Amino acid sequence: MEKRVTFRGWMLPLLLIAPQVVVSAVFFFYPAGQAIWQSLFIPDPFGLSSQFVGLGNFEFLLSDPFYRASFATTAIFSILVTLCSMIPALFLAVIADRLIKGSGVYRTLLIWPYAVAPAVAGVLWLFMFNTRVGVISWYLGTLGYDWNHVLNGGEAMGLVVIASAWGRISYNFLFFFAALQAVPRSVIEAAAIDGARFWRRFFTIVLPLLSPTTFFLLVVNVVYAFFETFGVIHTITAGGPQQSTTILVYKVFSDGFVGQDLGSSSAQSVILLIVVGLLTVIQFKFIEKRVHY
Amino acid sequence: MARDIHGMVEKRGAGLWLTHVFMILGVLVIFFPIWLAFVASTVTQVDIIQPPMPVWPGDQFRINYKNALFSGVNVPVATMLFNSLVMAVGIAVGKIAISLLSAFAIVYFRFPGRNVFFWMIFLTLMLPVEVRIVPTFEVVAGFGMLNSYSGLIFPLIASATATFLFRQFFLTIPDELAEAARVDGARPMRFFWDIVVPMSRTNVAALFVILFIYGWNQYLWPLLITTDPEMNTIVMGIKQMFPSGDDFAHWPTIMATSILAMIPPVIVVVGMQRLFIRGLVDSEK
Repeated sequence: MEKRVTFRGWMLPLLLIAPQVVVSAVFFFYPAGQAIWQSLFIPDPFGLSSQFVGLGNFEFLLSDPFYRASFATTAIFSILVTLCSMIPALFLAVIADRLIKGSGVYRTLLIWPYAVAPAVAGVLWLFMFNTRVGVISWYLGTLGYDWNHVLNGGEAMGLVVIASAWGRISYNFLFFFAALQAVPRSVIEAAAIDGARFWRRFFTIVLPLLSPTTFFLLVVNVVYAFFETFGVIHTITAGGPQQSTTILVYKVFSDGFVGQDLGSSSAQSVILLIVVGLLTVIQFKFIEKRVHY
Repeated sequence: MARDIHGMVEKRGAGLWLTHVFMILGVLVIFFPIWLAFVASTVTQVDIIQPPMPVWPGDQFRINYKNALFSGVNVPVATMLFNSLVMAVGIAVGKIAISLLSAFAIVYFRFPGRNVFFWMIFLTLMLPVEVRIVPTFEVVAGFGMLNSYSGLIFPLIASATATFLFRQFFLTIPDELAEAARVDGARPMRFFWDIVVPMSRTNVAALFVILFIYGWNQYLWPLLITTDPEMNTIVMGIKQMFPSGDDFAHWPTIMATSILAMIPPVIVVVGMQRLFIRGLVDSEK
């Protein structure tokens, strides 16, 4: 789409667009280019010179069991976060949708966790499950279950998943609730007259009508789990125990800043770049479809 | 009849109460972590390190919050709150300002390189700062912008979401307005200030809410570039309050800080709920 009416001149528009172009060039294109460039080299241990290795860093990464494990960890983590944040949100939205009055109050209360930063959410959940002072871990202890996410990788994963999913429930709730409100009452009432009961109506009518929203939320929640959960991981487990919660973004950080392995870290950035690209394409394709829908 | 059908779809009577009970249970479960943090911020360290901790607030509210705000662990929390505020407002205002200008240029002018710039901006949509941290860190360090507000703000405004939003909106402004402005001999910037900016008010406000929360809740970037505790933001500063050894963390102070860290974004989200939801829907489209 283009404007029919435009203003003349080329100095002014160049001046207007300059701030954004400069900021993007300096803080986006140059660093992104550097990441790609550095991914082709291995610096010597003193950082004085570096040796061109072509795709060597990538070959090394893809055959590195730790990196592969991190891929698997990220896949499991993002699937769990997506499920744990979407299912409760859908459930709450369906209940809220059945209320004629008062749903606004619940909505106001339910959006709170969205405002809580992932890193702060991490601290809150860490506090509840802390092995020495945590309330929930203490009660689990009285039931005979010895909770220890510091040593047990599975429990560590469970904790970072819950802490990451918690704030997202608010977000998903808002979208599901809006979509449910948009489902035409007449369709539901017609089904009710025909004798379809609530759950039947839900699975045969409501859920299919929600599918555009559901698909959209699937994509954005996966993107969230991939890229925005660093704070949760860093505050709760720092990737441990034994790398059981080291997701890809965390590994870029720990290899690049803690391990100072710039070549590998850059190669990992480039791989993530490709992943983001793919996810963006999926998102755009889907949005185009939704416009036609 | 109509009422009966209604009764089948929306709940009445006992069913209605059950629905409310479910809803309240849901809210309680979701709220529990925040409640517990609040309780922990009002009791003494001894109450906490001898589990189970109480579930109702104690009487240490004033002491704990005063201690956190004005002494903290490494640096007073008041300082971190101020840093977070500068960062969040800086990101929101900076991004909105550069995006309004560049969207105006792209929509209302034909100039050489327009398409190139458009695609350049479009590409920045795709790459979160988490992915390019090492080289971005080097750039910021090279400019001597470590431990500075500009170092906190600029790398995070290099993204195009806002530009796209404004572009979409400007395209819906009727052509007659620009036509009339041109006939009247109004200069482009006059048209921008008198027509375009006032018409974009709601979009600007909605975007401000979203960007403020985005900026406030940043973690990784401030963690990397603020090595001086005086420049820490509150969201990343909480983690710095944990002792590195085997000592007990001072939970009342940490939890008071967590509550303080969530108050500003919660006020913004709840207080401007309508704008927030609009911004959320707009920026994800």
